[in-house]
Amino acid sequence: MCGIVGLYLKDPSLEPRLGELFEPMLLAMADRGPDSAGFAIYGDEVPSDQLKFTLQSAEPGYDWEGLVTAMERDLGGQLDWFRNATAVVIKTDSGEERVREWLAGNAPAVSLMSVGHSIEILKGVGHPRLVADRFSLSGMQGSHIIGHTRMATESAVSMEGSHPFTTGLDLCLVHNGSLSNHNRLRLELERQGMTFETENDSEVAAAYLTWKLREGETLTQALESAIQDLDGFYTFTIGTRDGFAVLRDPIACKPAVLAETDAYVAMASEYRALARLPGISGARVWEPEPGRVYVWENAQQASEETGT
Amino acid sequence: MKKLSLAEHSVRELNSALHDPQAMDGGTEWYVSDPDGRHALACGLNDELQVTIDGHAGYYCAGMNQHATVVVNGTVGVGVAENMMSGLVRVRGNASQSAGATGHGGLLVIEGNASARCGISMKGIDIVVGGDVGHMSAFMGQAGRLVVCGDAGEAFGDSIYEARLYVRGQVESLGADCIEKPMRDEHREELRGLLAHAGMDFDPSEFRRYGSARELYNFHVDNAGIEQGDSHE
Repeated sequence: MCGIVGLYLKDPSLEPRLGELFEPMLLAMADRGPDSAGFAIYGDEVPSDQLKFTLQSAEPGYDWEGLVTAMERDLGGQLDWFRNATAVVIKTDSGEERVREWLAGNAPAVSLMSVGHSIEILKGVGHPRLVADRFSLSGMQGSHIIGHTRMATESAVSMEGSHPFTTGLDLCLVHNGSLSNHNRLRLELERQGMTFETENDSEVAAAYLTWKLREGETLTQALESAIQDLDGFYTFTIGTRDGFAVLRDPIACKPAVLAETDAYVAMASEYRALARLPGISGARVWEPEPGRVYVWENAQQASEETGT
Repeated sequence: MKKLSLAEHSVRELNSALHDPQAMDGGTEWYVSDPDGRHALACGLNDELQVTIDGHAGYYCAGMNQHATVVVNGTVGVGVAENMMSGLVRVRGNASQSAGATGHGGLLVIEGNASARCGISMKGIDIVVGGDVGHMSAFMGQAGRLVVCGDAGEAFGDSIYEARLYVRGQVESLGADCIEKPMRDEHREELRGLLAHAGMDFDPSEFRRYGSARELYNFHVDNAGIEQGDSHE
């Protein structure tokens, strides 16, 4: 089953309330996906010469201070960091390759959840309420956020198997459904140089989009290509540094509802996740059409193209 | 009018109250507020009640309806009025997939758009949609009438048996064994009645009619009545 939710603010004055507006959306979808949950929040941008790395450890008493001190000593440069429960966010100008290499060599048990200028991915096993409380979701600020409540079908219930998935800077994807050609596609993407952390089908969809964007396609073009190349059931919600997109498979096997006002665009598997948003009674509420790409970028709707 | 807020009462309390043999006592009108997309609202009604749901409803709203009139001032999720037997269900906004699925009777009116598989396996229900319908609408329709005042999506009327389909706008494509058929006076008359009953102000002469070509396997007499392993050949 699974539930997916997303909230993209057009009105910057709501940014301090992003977590507070989003938490009820995620929790409303808990009975569609009670086994794990996660979200990707965009905000608190670092300068263009820096990157944010979100790390998580399964070990509650992990010595983050020790890790950061050692990283600072070995890599030098500017480094800032903060801790949020079982995760830390490190902001540094040391570059993605060097940080990845250092982590692989010095902290192999730590999971790298996301890399980007804006994105932070936080996720875990357990009821969505536990995950939201663990990371103090309701107090978070930002411009947009995408979340997932998981009822696993294609791979194990684990932190790594929880959504959102990311495979490139500031890009994330949540998925309701199951892909049938993910093994073959994974092999093809590996030949293109993509790397995978899990056996999960949704990670393949994220990697596919990263690859298409790397090849120079726009988000809209990449999603139109996805309609041709991905086989299976899917409703996707995708986040980029300044964009937000929704795509359903051409048969429309999985549900989705969109709501838009002057202040925000919201997406959910079911309307009841949207019922608490401010101004929802006056919002335009509709079901995204199958096989059609919906993209908002820089607070504007960038496309609503027919993909089939 | 009896009022019930779903912010204060559970869905089960609402449905139990509507099923109560005393539901008709002291007036037949019910007003339900704060639906907030909850599922299975006003299901299985069996009396001549008039129920207004003020807001958006979730899945299977007014399912299995008999005799009652249910009006939703908002959108509805999957399977509104599924398996309706009689009565009237009116949706003032849009409907999600499988609206009126397997309905045997009564009238379902959707003033906005209905998405995929509207009227799937319809068995006698009448459905009038003010806007468009999505792909595979009236799939395996067996009886009843589907009226679309806007456009119809791909594979319209796929594998249809005997339901009658009327479309005012464009049909993206017809499904297997579904063909356009001539509009005769009797059809314009039937359509006029349906539109009037639904409160839609369109001219019946603007519509085209579609139905079964009766070419699929089950329509051939040679295939009738022969069980597997039958030795009477």
